[in-house]
Amino acid sequence: MSAPLLPAVFGRFGWHDLPFVRAWENPTINELIGAGAGGMVVAGAVFVAVLLTVTGRWRWLWSEWLTSLDHKKIGIMYVVIAFVMLARALVEANLMRLQQAVAIDAPGIVAPDHFAELFSTHGSIMIFFMAMPFLTGIINYLVPLQIGARDVAFPLLNAIGLWLTGSGAALMMISLVIGKFSTGGWSGYPPYTEIGFNPGVGPDYWIWAVTLGSIASTLTGINIAVTIYKMRCPGMQLMRMQMFCWTSLCTAILMVFAMPPLTVATLLLALDRYLGFHFFTNALGGNMMNYANLFWMFGHPEVYIVILPAFGVYSEVVSTFSGKALYGYVSLVIATMAIAVLSFTVWLHHFFTMGQSPSINAAFGIATMTIGVPTGVKIYNWIWTMFRGEVRFSTPLLYSLAFMMTFVLGGLTGIILAFPPLDYVVHNTLFLVAHFHNMLIPGTLYGMIAAYTFWFPKAFGFRLNETWGRIACGCWVVGFYLAFMPLYVLGAAGMPRRTQAVMETVYRPWLYAAEVGAVILFCGLGALFVQLWVSIRHRNANRVFAGDPWDGRGLEWSTSAPPPEYNFAHLPHVEQRYAFYDDKRKYAPYARPPHYDDIEMPKNSAVAPIIGIASAAAGFALVWYMWWLAILGTLVIVATVIARSFVRDTEKVISADEVRRTEDRWLTAVEQARPIPREIESTSANQGLAEART
Amino acid sequence: MSASDDRHAGLNLGKTDTETDDAASSDVFGFWMFLMSDAVLFALMFATYGVMLPATAGGPTPASEYKITPTFIETLVLLTSSLTYGMASVSMKHGAHIRRVLGWMAVTLALGLMFLAMELHDFSDMFSHGAYPTRSGYLSAFFGLVPLHGLHVAIGSLWIVAMMAQLLVFGTDPRVKINLLRLGLFWHFLDIVWIAIFSTVYLPGLIR
Repeated sequence: MSAPLLPAVFGRFGWHDLPFVRAWENPTINELIGAGAGGMVVAGAVFVAVLLTVTGRWRWLWSEWLTSLDHKKIGIMYVVIAFVMLARALVEANLMRLQQAVAIDAPGIVAPDHFAELFSTHGSIMIFFMAMPFLTGIINYLVPLQIGARDVAFPLLNAIGLWLTGSGAALMMISLVIGKFSTGGWSGYPPYTEIGFNPGVGPDYWIWAVTLGSIASTLTGINIAVTIYKMRCPGMQLMRMQMFCWTSLCTAILMVFAMPPLTVATLLLALDRYLGFHFFTNALGGNMMNYANLFWMFGHPEVYIVILPAFGVYSEVVSTFSGKALYGYVSLVIATMAIAVLSFTVWLHHFFTMGQSPSINAAFGIATMTIGVPTGVKIYNWIWTMFRGEVRFSTPLLYSLAFMMTFVLGGLTGIILAFPPLDYVVHNTLFLVAHFHNMLIPGTLYGMIAAYTFWFPKAFGFRLNETWGRIACGCWVVGFYLAFMPLYVLGAAGMPRRTQAVMETVYRPWLYAAEVGAVILFCGLGALFVQLWVSIRHRNANRVFAGDPWDGRGLEWSTSAPPPEYNFAHLPHVEQRYAFYDDKRKYAPYARPPHYDDIEMPKNSAVAPIIGIASAAAGFALVWYMWWLAILGTLVIVATVIARSFVRDTEKVISADEVRRTEDRWLTAVEQARPIPREIESTSANQGLAEART
Repeated sequence: MSASDDRHAGLNLGKTDTETDDAASSDVFGFWMFLMSDAVLFALMFATYGVMLPATAGGPTPASEYKITPTFIETLVLLTSSLTYGMASVSMKHGAHIRRVLGWMAVTLALGLMFLAMELHDFSDMFSHGAYPTRSGYLSAFFGLVPLHGLHVAIGSLWIVAMMAQLLVFGTDPRVKINLLRLGLFWHFLDIVWIAIFSTVYLPGLIR
């Protein structure tokens, strides 16, 4: 590496930390790929900035979105982050598949440490900056609407969580342009990530990006749990909530209890790296097993943090598109809670091979198999919900069906891995990689895309294009099987995971198949973007302003699409589960209320952007040893929090007149809309008013 | 006991200000959730400490480093500060003159700072014996756990200063009342953590 440039200001940064400089001096394919990736980040940022300037939308972006405390807008921004990061991590996945396919008895296109960066960023992004923001966004958008509330319990904290997540994601992106990322995998095991083996900036990028994401998720967990416990509308007893609220509640509780172990693990690693502590080092009494335990005490509940919300989505989708109430609601609630509790009892199965006694392994193996039981209950619930239902094979339902088949397969291989003796055989092979992708792609990604497709009309007021949705779904399903089933074979044949070069030529056909699968998965993402583009262009033909395009059950469908800022002009009173579904059939949910009241909503606030930018700056400064900036960033955060506590003018009032105008416009549209039978709900005839068929 | 009496038992406004008490319901509950999360943080640091206790790497041991007298005084100081904060809460709740609330908070702040000063003195004492966090896994765990509590006390002290300023600016408006309740929870929580530190770090360390 080159000498640092002005160390007092720029810390340990030198020109050779720029991939462009490295590629200029040493134009190998490996360096060019690195420079190309960095260039794409810079070009993307410049493109967005130019676009905003040309269209004159900076002020709009700032006042309508970035400073907004509206839970719906915050939810949408989370999903935007998730899609951007999904695109990057999917490109990396394709690069890895390509490398392994061409590096059979050959060097391939990326160097070993670059390959290690790829699998580290791919994993870290997919978990912390794709899955987490995606599910947090969906929860944020839906939970207040589903429980009949106007906002979350702590709107500002919500925005701060968004901005901290954004800061972490920004650090991930910056690591492509300045310096290098960690080579230690998404789990960042020391002592390999300790300063002795890895003195560069990579592990520090990982530490601070993940820490920011972890703190953000803790805050989100607190917020969502309090919202569900305290903000439900009159009559909304816990057992009357939509299933998605239950899974969100369990996820929120898991976040509150399972994110701190991650924070502890990353911060102790930071103490080791920055101040020379000996928590996880090889020498002087350090013990890396503590790290393994801490990390997986987070890591296993995390699996359920990302999967439970998807379970909630499937429950909503399957029941809506089968035209039936969810089968076995109570058993689903109990199963969800059981999973949430059991998820804390199985963490050790992530390191069966790391030296415990057989009896400890056996205990955790049995606990692991136990967790399959409530999950199995859920699968039966969904199947029975569809049984004799009036099933419409819409895109979200197709994802749900693909999920049920695929997830059961992944569960079976999970049971194999839960046997410690069998785990010893396939540990650290591609079998494991195949297994967890087999759980997380159907268990999280399909669910999130299904949620995006299902609730998009609610959030934006028009339906997504059905054809492109189906094409995308086909790509995600076919691509998944092609990309990951071969990995089971390769893993069982002994191919280790995280391998940059392959010496065994018999692996070739399987690696080729997996490469094709990766390309098809990428087409799936492409199809989603095409779908979005096509849908925006044809939005006027597909408007569902009346707000209930699928004959929905929950309260979120009882408002206009998109809902007004205050969600509900009058807080709903519910008497039973699926109150809106029943209202449509027995009463008049769209009756004009005799009067409206003023509504207080939180004012926009610049606090969250300031904290977000300051924390990103502090994290970046810590990575590069720019101490002045780290101190400055921290002081800005503290000062902002204290200054905000002196602000009393935090609420604005939406006048009763304005509420009346908004509601009248919507109710008039509802009166003019034609009730739509389910059979033609995916045509332009759908204006968002469902025919109330009994 | 009516529903509002047993809501977030102990620290509450009860019937002295029912409107703010209602508003406090979810705010204070949220802070309880945060404290639970924080408690997990401490629990893991305690577990780490327990696991690393034997990892002295031939360096200083608990028995050679811990001293009962200063830590016992620190315990008394911190426990007393909880009592004085309780007095501040009670005077705020029952509408005492703002000067009384401020007075009790000032005493609490003084005790908190005294605790911090004594703790820092302990640490510098340990440093002077060569008991640095970089010396061994055991000392890393000790300096990961005990100063984490100290950092919380420092943040709590800063919070007390901010709240005293708010009392002067706003009096006891609903936001100030709710934040004083939350600060109280935080301060008493730190007491509980300290009792755990005293009885699982210092006392067993002295036995050996």
